[in-house]
Amino acid sequence: MRLVILDNYDLASEWAAKYICNRIIQFKPGQDRYFTLGLPTGSTPLGCYKKLIEYHKNGDISFKYVKTFNMDEYVGLPRNHPESYHSYMWNNFFKHIDIDPNNAHILDGNAADLQAECDAFEKKIKEAGGIDLFVGGIGPDGHIAFNEPGSSLVSRTRLKTLAMDTILANAKYFDGDLSKVPTMALTVGVGTVMDAREVMILITGAHKAFALYKAIEEGVNHMWTVSAFQQHPRTIFVCDEDATLELRVKTVKYFKGLMHVHNKLVDPLYSMKEGK
Amino acid sequence: MRNGQGAARAPVLQFTNCRILRGRRLLREDLWVRGGRILDPERLFFEERLVADEQRDCGGCILAPGFIDVQMNGGFGVDFSQATEDVGSGVALVARKILSHGVTSFCPTLVTSPPEVYHKFPQTSSERHHGMHLSGSLNVLHWVLPQIPVKSGGPHGAGVLGVHLEGPFISREKRGAHPEAHLRTFEANAFHDVLATYGPLDNVRIVTLAPELDRSHEVIQALTARGICVSLGHSVADLRVAEEAVQSGATFITHLFNAMLPFHHRDPGIVGLLTSDQLPPGRHIFYGMISDGTHTNPAALRIAHRAHPQGLVLVTDAVPALGLGNGRHTLGQQEVEVNGLTAYVAESALCSQGTKTLSGSIAPMDVCVRHFLQATGCSVESALEAASLHPAQLLGLEKHKGTLDFGADAALGGSPAPASGSQPTSDPDFVVLDDSLHVRATYISGELVWQVEEAKQ
Repeated sequence: MRLVILDNYDLASEWAAKYICNRIIQFKPGQDRYFTLGLPTGSTPLGCYKKLIEYHKNGDISFKYVKTFNMDEYVGLPRNHPESYHSYMWNNFFKHIDIDPNNAHILDGNAADLQAECDAFEKKIKEAGGIDLFVGGIGPDGHIAFNEPGSSLVSRTRLKTLAMDTILANAKYFDGDLSKVPTMALTVGVGTVMDAREVMILITGAHKAFALYKAIEEGVNHMWTVSAFQQHPRTIFVCDEDATLELRVKTVKYFKGLMHVHNKLVDPLYSMKEGK
Repeated sequence: MRNGQGAARAPVLQFTNCRILRGRRLLREDLWVRGGRILDPERLFFEERLVADEQRDCGGCILAPGFIDVQMNGGFGVDFSQATEDVGSGVALVARKILSHGVTSFCPTLVTSPPEVYHKFPQTSSERHHGMHLSGSLNVLHWVLPQIPVKSGGPHGAGVLGVHLEGPFISREKRGAHPEAHLRTFEANAFHDVLATYGPLDNVRIVTLAPELDRSHEVIQALTARGICVSLGHSVADLRVAEEAVQSGATFITHLFNAMLPFHHRDPGIVGLLTSDQLPPGRHIFYGMISDGTHTNPAALRIAHRAHPQGLVLVTDAVPALGLGNGRHTLGQQEVEVNGLTAYVAESALCSQGTKTLSGSIAPMDVCVRHFLQATGCSVESALEAASLHPAQLLGLEKHKGTLDFGADAALGGSPAPASGSQPTSDPDFVVLDDSLHVRATYISGELVWQVEEAKQ
């Protein structure tokens, strides 16, 4: 893996956004060649989305030939509920960019047949040629998407019941009222994300530090599902200082020492503007 | 990219780089419009899978719901109360001109006038032969009310919401500029007297009357039952009488402070309705204010606003002299003298000096909004709501006018929302304002109907 450590949240968000931009632009997407991007929700990627929007508004990147697949969506929450992941993606990303609505895929938590919806989602990913870059986050309990502790590490898109840790973490979006938090969600499986050609996990904040430690310094374990990516050929963890608080000094020093190599991935920052 | 559902679908228009007055706040949001309806862009994206066909950059301006003026006596030389053969084109002229003031809907107001101004009496051949005994006028009958139908706005002009009948059932003492000769009462036959005076009430939206007149309760109830807004004004009513009128159904006060008893601490009169605890539960009173810097002292404006901000409705009470400049003009059956931003009742030709009775205002609505903002120090949102949301609420139109909301069932496919079980959406009537609240452009049903003369963006 690459462990990219930036000083603070803003720098980490910016690094991640730059990386995504460069990957898309270097891919040279076009009419018959779409870049497929997996996307997360939550508070961690907000800064990254803001930077991507900024680059888009500056004309440096277009999402016209990008297809997106979101990781998850709550079950039973109306699509236009302000806390649904559809609303999140619309307000924080889609409404500010030029993506074709037909190419923005999010699981429908109100589908009549939830498993069929999940199967169809897997099929769409396959038809799109697989995911080029799956961006994700990590829960305080070490989960990737809603693959709660105990999820199979080869799982596919399916219905999951949320763990208490997750419900507690999400309560802040529902006026702190636990009874209002949805208890089930549709989520891509660990296996689904592992199928991506590249994975980038964003981890910021001290409250995620223990999960990061478990994910990269301990073994592969279905109780900390992000640990599965130790077995992925191309994973990048993008963190801020606070997220590294539970890691060994040795680990942190090693990867910080590699920043000059990591930074070559984002510098030069490419642009879709003419002549750049 | 569009899905292949036919080029016949109306184009989606996205107004960007703007702040919308929505949900009582100025939000940094885009406004999406299609086929004369405001769209929910999230729904458009996820359900219809469409993007905008055209984007219009609003240059950082404010998009506010179009202003609604519920009291306009005329303007640009047109006097709504003057019986002519072609009242319609006078109304149309004013409707078109006020677009530049940001007004997208209004209520043409008729002041106290002789009956034949309101309606055409049924003419039998013998009546035609004998002439009209009531007015003593000539054989040719003129009428105004039927010539001012309710009409949607558009490029031709602001929409007509209905007529505001101010008088003749008002107080003699507080008639202001209204001609004494044509004042009436309804003590004899209550609502029947009203019908006899006005004729059919189809086009009527608001009636201003003095509640101290005998049998006013019956009249108020009958008018309210027909969906007509009853307003209290030109009256010497005390607070108790005013409260009873509200309990009978009155919901508005015509130009607060003007043409009513002044506030007194032991009997606040009509002004006391702003803080009365005798109003029916769940209801509050709306009150018109002429914020032209003349009709109301800024301190009085502030007192009213602070006492009851939710009920304040900005009105122009514009007279025909609006937009014309200094000089002598006709209002109803009288002459008025215009000087600068004020208009007074002129004396007859025999006297050299004018009276000091104000005769309506000539400040356009956007001037009133700016003056209101500056005088009260209120928020921009409040100033804009006083000219849009509040008049819409007064007339029970807030689901379609005075807001820029999209309902849960915003129309799909460019077609009208299904008739049953759908939530209404606001009409995309809005005004583009710069930060100092000067009108840059006016839109009705999402169509540009006026814009300021300069290099287009």
